[in-house]
Amino acid sequence: MRFVVALLASLFATAASAAIDMKQSRIAFTFVQMKVPVEGAFQRYTAKVHFDAQQPERSRAEIDIDLNSIDTGSADADTEARRKPWFYTAQYPTATFRSTSIRRAGVDRYEVTGALTLKGRTRTLTAPVEVRRAGAQTVYEGAFAINRLDYAIGDGPWADTDTVANEVKLRFRIVDTGK
Amino acid sequence: MSAVTRYTRTAIVLHWLVAALIAAAVGLGLYAVSLELSPQKLKLYSWHKWVGVTIFLLAVARLAWRAWHPAPTPVASLRPWERRLAGATHALLYVLLLAVPVTGWLMSSASGFPVVYLGLVQLPDLVAKNKELAETLKVVHFVLNKIMLALVALHVAAALKHHFVDRDNTLRRMLSWRA
Repeated sequence: MRFVVALLASLFATAASAAIDMKQSRIAFTFVQMKVPVEGAFQRYTAKVHFDAQQPERSRAEIDIDLNSIDTGSADADTEARRKPWFYTAQYPTATFRSTSIRRAGVDRYEVTGALTLKGRTRTLTAPVEVRRAGAQTVYEGAFAINRLDYAIGDGPWADTDTVANEVKLRFRIVDTGK
Repeated sequence: MSAVTRYTRTAIVLHWLVAALIAAAVGLGLYAVSLELSPQKLKLYSWHKWVGVTIFLLAVARLAWRAWHPAPTPVASLRPWERRLAGATHALLYVLLLAVPVTGWLMSSASGFPVVYLGLVQLPDLVAKNKELAETLKVVHFVLNKIMLALVALHVAAALKHHFVDRDNTLRRMLSWRA
């Protein structure tokens, strides 16, 4: 019986063409300025997730974030974030993540390693992902941190990490409708 | 009970400290608003908020102190309407010493930039992040400040009038250091 369930689950998963439910999905960040945590999110992104619970190493994730869709809650900050010292969206409008390996780390838990490209700079990172299923729907959730200066995000006078901390936390929840 | 004729040293110190901090908060606030977004602007905003929180705490301390150490009775030469006007101005100033920082705090929360007092203590967000509410609170914070500054101007004008025109003891009571 368990085998059948697992098999069905695996079939559903591999059949999933990653129709992302944008209403339930969220890619958010928290940066710290003057010791004040400030939350924001990206409004537009695409995600292609191919998940195979039976053979996690065959799973793949590709995420493209439209950096112009940044929402910090302050129009001034959003405009500033698009400018050259920060994301420089005129030149680098998209952040991309391409997974290179996915391995099981526990029950419903995985570790995704991949290449994050921001502002023309690519770094390898590993993020924990929790996978939950509800019917046809699959929810991928996780959090990790990057150092903004690794990607020259906020250079020039903004490179002062006493004002804006180097570490930026990222949280994602990708809801695949399975349709 | 004998009539109180002078302010305590504590009351005098608190009065002038709050006066200086109001000048600092108003200066920092107006200057920071005028700047383009920069690390400097973020610093000034944070300092402005710290000064505001300090004013609130000192206002509470002043009210507590005043409850145990009554303010001197107004000089005898005051006409009844002057007495009433002075009383109302002082009461309203106390209200604003509390209300202005609170509206700044709420506005910070609604804007998604919480207050971290002295970079050490994060104040709770009493309202959730909400752009419309933030805009409304911004106007309320600004208008209350204008009312407060108008009252401060009246307060200063009255003190100078007592000192230079009436040549009475009103201002001297708030300056005299003798026990």
